[in-house]
Amino acid sequence: MTHQFPALSEAQKRELHETALRIVSPGKGILAADESVGSMAKRLAQVGVENTEENRRQFRQILFSADDRINSCIGGVIFFHETLYQHSDNGVPFVKMIRDRGILVGVKVDKGVVPLAGTCGETTTQGLDGLAERCAQYKKDGAVFAKWRCVLKISDSNPSKLAITENANVLARCSSICQQNGIVPVIEPEILPDGDHDLKRCQYVTEKVLAAVYKAMSDHHVYLEGSLLKPNMVTPGHSCPTKYSPEEVAMASVTAMRRTVPPAVPGICFLSGGQSEEEASVHLNAINNCPLAKPWVLTFSFGRALQASALRAWRGHKENEKTATEQFVKRAEVNSLACQGKYSGGDNYGEAGHRIFGSCHAY
Amino acid sequence: TMTHQYPALTAEQKKELQEIAQRIVAPGKGILAADESTGSMAKRLNPIGVENTEENRRRYRQLLFTADERIDSCIGGVIFFHETLYQKSDDGVCFAKLIKDRGIVVGIKVDKGVVPLAGTNGETTTQGLDGLSERCAQYKKDGADFAKWRCVLKISETTPSQLAILENANVLARYASICQQNGIVPIVEPEILPDGDHDLKRCQYVTEKVLAAVYKALSDHHVYLEGTLLKPNMVTPGHSCPTKFSSEEIAMATVTALRRTVPPAVTGVTFLSGGQSEEEASVNLNSINTCPLNKPWALTFSYGRALQASALNAWKGDLNKEKAGTEEFIKRAQANGLAALGKYKSSGRAGAAGQSLYVANHAY
Repeated sequence: MTHQFPALSEAQKRELHETALRIVSPGKGILAADESVGSMAKRLAQVGVENTEENRRQFRQILFSADDRINSCIGGVIFFHETLYQHSDNGVPFVKMIRDRGILVGVKVDKGVVPLAGTCGETTTQGLDGLAERCAQYKKDGAVFAKWRCVLKISDSNPSKLAITENANVLARCSSICQQNGIVPVIEPEILPDGDHDLKRCQYVTEKVLAAVYKAMSDHHVYLEGSLLKPNMVTPGHSCPTKYSPEEVAMASVTAMRRTVPPAVPGICFLSGGQSEEEASVHLNAINNCPLAKPWVLTFSFGRALQASALRAWRGHKENEKTATEQFVKRAEVNSLACQGKYSGGDNYGEAGHRIFGSCHAY
Repeated sequence: TMTHQYPALTAEQKKELQEIAQRIVAPGKGILAADESTGSMAKRLNPIGVENTEENRRRYRQLLFTADERIDSCIGGVIFFHETLYQKSDDGVCFAKLIKDRGIVVGIKVDKGVVPLAGTNGETTTQGLDGLSERCAQYKKDGADFAKWRCVLKISETTPSQLAILENANVLARYASICQQNGIVPIVEPEILPDGDHDLKRCQYVTEKVLAAVYKALSDHHVYLEGTLLKPNMVTPGHSCPTKFSSEEIAMATVTALRRTVPPAVTGVTFLSGGQSEEEASVNLNSINTCPLNKPWALTFSYGRALQASALNAWKGDLNKEKAGTEEFIKRAQANGLAALGKYKSSGRAGAAGQSLYVANHAY
């Protein structure tokens, strides 16, 4: 316990810390475009598009060919492995397109959830095997950060002590390995919004989960200044009869973070979960206006909440591409304002208010 | 089960605890640790030739507590030893009342000292949990609104061990939980002694591990962080470390360690002075407050010797030197009040603490 065997040199720490800071620069957040092939099936099915590699490429191209307006809103893009090696119509690698505009490239590195035997439907996440080698290769191929998602559920019996400690441990192992390879880990301990629990219960569980996560990070000697957190906002369950204002959601979220996330963590990039585009932006804005001391950046790492309108505008038709891209740019700009607490909200253009929810999903 | 909350405190209880904590560490204020046990007082009084009697201990604390209104803006709380809580001034006024009436929060040391952890290399835990709830309830009636509990850890080749870290973190969390149930704000003190020849980096590493364990235990025990205070050691090199470090380096190491482990919800961090001189303790606290990293908690003092050493020396038990003793205490109180705001200008003596390895804005 007593001697340090430094995991990282000063130069390695500086690189990781600077990368993390760049991703969450003021006004910027993350575009989570890392849907797996299986998850893309669900997205594309909803708009009547076949889930082919080409269609997946075309949709990501719609996002990545957005104009300079997104350069001040998007600090990083999370890629799925397949997408990292795809090109635009003009033969430009997607990675290069993104990097050349000063946006950092990230990659999803986990290999999905697997069951925890003996629990009530709980999971851990696999993907540690050969992770060091994979990270080293991704670094060569242009990635500077990675994302790993764990999933927890609230129910009468969940999350169990095992699920909490096991998922915290695997997040910490992932982080440690990433940092050894110059990759900033974005750790995602997602507590699903499924259920009828109220806001308070979600806050309680979030606090317990995050306390375990940061204890594991400490035990595994992870350099917090070179990491980012991607948590759920604290919200009531989807079937909760009580409605809460954005301010209540914000207060609960910020309080939970204040009780568990050390100030050394440069940024907290909330996931959007089942929230609609507008809901997610309004909540993020309220979070940034919450009158409690918030020593980390509080921004977004949104998937659906940045892409839903774009997807619906596209519907797989080439002639809709520009319109679709425009929808994405608009959400990027809105969230850029929201992460500075400057979004005045209620801009119900397009499909932004449409509720997005797929029950008990795992992607 | 992990999933349901059985709220430990009502909203009113939480509000009261948080407000007490905030009052203690209001801007420019810190804590006078006047809770030396009878045994510790012997070590203070013998060197100045004063007999360690109950009356002498009473007279000495009176010297501190009768300081004029100049301390009202620097002292947010006073920690009492049990005996002192029930002593009175020459005028027959209870010390607790004297302090409370001037708007300073009354605190009480509630632990019962260290005991050995068998099978370790000289490590300890701290006892005092038995009947603690009843004692807290009584102290609250008698005017106390906060308490202090000290655990001790040591740095050596083999320590602190995993057991020492976990056991001390656990007992601090139990204590904190019980205090809050009785309307008492717990000050949690996991002191890592400065004994040894380890360097600054090593102390920082150990401090980070200890504090991570402390806050995990506090979470496990459902402690309301906003209604607590932390009393840690500053991160310093060991006493026999050959390398000297500047106060900026000490500040950077200390603030970095805290940033990596102490959740922002904790209302304040009130440093112990350990073996530091009065001036050193003020200069280091000042550097901590001017450290250019985001520091979301109050960073102030909870000093014993670093507030009292000169007072004791000026007094030496002499009836005619009481005012002089009080004046020395007031001076240190004001110095530390400024240091807690990052506005203290040293009188010069502490500059000895190192020119050799100053590295600007460097964190380990």
